[in-house]
Amino acid sequence: MENTQSNSANPRMDLNFRRKKNAEDMKFQVIAFALTIFLTLVAFVAVGYDGFSHWFIVPFILLLAVVQVGFQLYYFMHMSHKGHEAVAFFLYSGSLVGAITILTFVTIVWL
Amino acid sequence: MSTYAQKKGIGATIWDYLTTVDHKKIAILYLIAGGLFFVVGGLEAMFIRIQLAVPNNDFVSAGLFNEIITMHGTTMIFLAAMPLLFGFMNAVMPLQIGARDVAFPFLNSLGFWLFFFGGVFLNLSWFLGGAPDAGWTSYASLSLASPGHGVDFYVLGLQISGAGTLIGGINFLVTIINMRAPGMTYMRMPLFTWSTFVASALILFAFPPLTVGLFLMLFDRMFGANFFDAAAGGNTIIWEHLFWIFGHPEVYILILPAFGIFSEIFATFSRKRLFGYSSMVFATVLIGFLGFMVWAHHMFTVGLGPIANAIFAVATMAIAVPTGIKIFNWLMTMWGGSIRFTTPMLYAVAFIPSFVAGGVTGIMNAVAPADYQFHDSYFVVAHFHYVIVGGVVLGLLAGAHFYWPKMFGTMLNEFLGKITFWLFLIGFHLTFFIQHFLGLMGMPRRVFTFMEGQGLETGNLVSSIGAFFMAAAIIILLINVVITSVKNEKVGNDPWGDGRTLEWAIPSPPPFYNFKQLPLVRGLDPYWLEKMEGKKGMMPAEPIGDIHMPNNSFIPFVLSMGMFIAAFGAMYQVDDKPWAIPVLILGLLIVFGSMFIRSIKDDHGFHIHKEDLLDEDDKEVKA
Repeated sequence: MENTQSNSANPRMDLNFRRKKNAEDMKFQVIAFALTIFLTLVAFVAVGYDGFSHWFIVPFILLLAVVQVGFQLYYFMHMSHKGHEAVAFFLYSGSLVGAITILTFVTIVWL
Repeated sequence: MSTYAQKKGIGATIWDYLTTVDHKKIAILYLIAGGLFFVVGGLEAMFIRIQLAVPNNDFVSAGLFNEIITMHGTTMIFLAAMPLLFGFMNAVMPLQIGARDVAFPFLNSLGFWLFFFGGVFLNLSWFLGGAPDAGWTSYASLSLASPGHGVDFYVLGLQISGAGTLIGGINFLVTIINMRAPGMTYMRMPLFTWSTFVASALILFAFPPLTVGLFLMLFDRMFGANFFDAAAGGNTIIWEHLFWIFGHPEVYILILPAFGIFSEIFATFSRKRLFGYSSMVFATVLIGFLGFMVWAHHMFTVGLGPIANAIFAVATMAIAVPTGIKIFNWLMTMWGGSIRFTTPMLYAVAFIPSFVAGGVTGIMNAVAPADYQFHDSYFVVAHFHYVIVGGVVLGLLAGAHFYWPKMFGTMLNEFLGKITFWLFLIGFHLTFFIQHFLGLMGMPRRVFTFMEGQGLETGNLVSSIGAFFMAAAIIILLINVVITSVKNEKVGNDPWGDGRTLEWAIPSPPPFYNFKQLPLVRGLDPYWLEKMEGKKGMMPAEPIGDIHMPNNSFIPFVLSMGMFIAAFGAMYQVDDKPWAIPVLILGLLIVFGSMFIRSIKDDHGFHIHKEDLLDEDDKEVKA
């Protein structure tokens, strides 16, 4: 039931493996963290700089936001790990249905 | 540890059911409450048909008629069909996947009590100044203009019972994802479990739009907001969109579990593996997806324009494809099978032509230009009663006969069951088939009477006679239930003799921990697989060990009652009643107090010890 079963009878082995795995995860988390800070700075610069038109800035910031959501889900919330297939499926199908509904409203229904 | 086998007094039994977190007992609660509301909704249906039996009838007044049709629709959809399906899901799904309970037993109980109190609140409107009268769809302009508290009862009652449904749906999703027995892969799950899974996913995504819509309606009616008031800059069409973004998936939430029940029945009584299992799974998931992309077909005459109407018409027709896959697979399952016409099988066989008839009129309604003719006529009434009664209600009756032995340990009488079936089937077609033609002749939906000499007399009289056949069928079913319960002849694990899935491998009713050892699943239809290899039961996947069980809890009942009390306060504060706000605060205090107690009180449950489980074996005690 609990997700703590190990395949090996040797407790040391499990511990070593998990240590290595955790160190790797930490590395990815730090990289992702640095990238999110960087992307946030990029967003601020894009708004602050006078040379860009609204038609560039708004979609660009939205794009950065989507990337940040991806970082959040995959690195900070561990969706990159195994065992999250069902969650990923629900997230993606939910956003697909939501996106189609919104698309319908702004294109053909004219609420 | 054999407290389970001791005789209990009536008070102890009631307390046990009020506090239970056992999925099998909650299933029985859903069955009783859903059955009660089904009878109430059925009585309302009878009043409608009595009023419309003859022209210019004055059995009920026009205003009362509006209340009756509104409550008939709302009760049947939200308080009868869904809870009854939830009952079967609760009773059967955890057994089918080899689980000892659902993932969150406490939430399971909370979901039931919220539904129950929401339903009671809605029905109390009859005694407190009039029921909602704006139709079950409660379109905004009409419902905002409705005087009195009727629509407030609708909004608050559905909000509370909707929260319960949402909790139940999430609980089933988590259960199916996380608690399958060793070897029970997704593609080995029985079809009823699959349809429970997809229906729960639909609940997860479809109920939030309803919640939003009901909140907007609540603020418009009770706190002076103007979301739907066009005169104040609102838009009355928003309600229709929100309602149908919920409402269309809702009809699939109802029909998919019924499809699941029929799939189990076809395979069991044809004594064959379900034909095209993987395509059945695919079709179920596809119907789930497409269900979200067709809501505007309820709104063809609103004036969304030809592009929107055309796209939604085509999307709607696309749903006929996966549904057709299912129909052909069921026919192919029977083809070459060694069929036994038991009561559940009769329902399943009758379901195919009935449901196909409803599907065909659905495609007719989907043709947007033709829909301008059908809209708001009895043709539409005939269509949705063919799919809901011919699909969902036949599924519920079939499921009741099929799973009765597993839930209660006794067999419903087959002879009475077949009488129920024939009366119901004849009554159903008598009532609704002729309504297609009444609609085509121009009889509008929701009228409380009609005049003589317009050619509508015979059709309406036939329709009303059919309704009495259905009522007689349900009365015989209730008599059957009473006789069966009084006789109380216990049956074994597999009373139908041809059970295929895990639930038939354990006693009827199952012990409260379901499986002494979790079973090892080696393929689709695991119990059938073992039987075909000459084995008597499932191969265990674990040694006998301690089983962890949750404690009973009275908190769900109290929490739901808090919501119920708060709803009265919220509703009567509109009238400036001095006691209204204190009642609202009292109700919310009960709600948050219950949540607080639940949060700070550690409840680790208890263990059934290995020794007790072994003891039971030695003494041959059946729990």
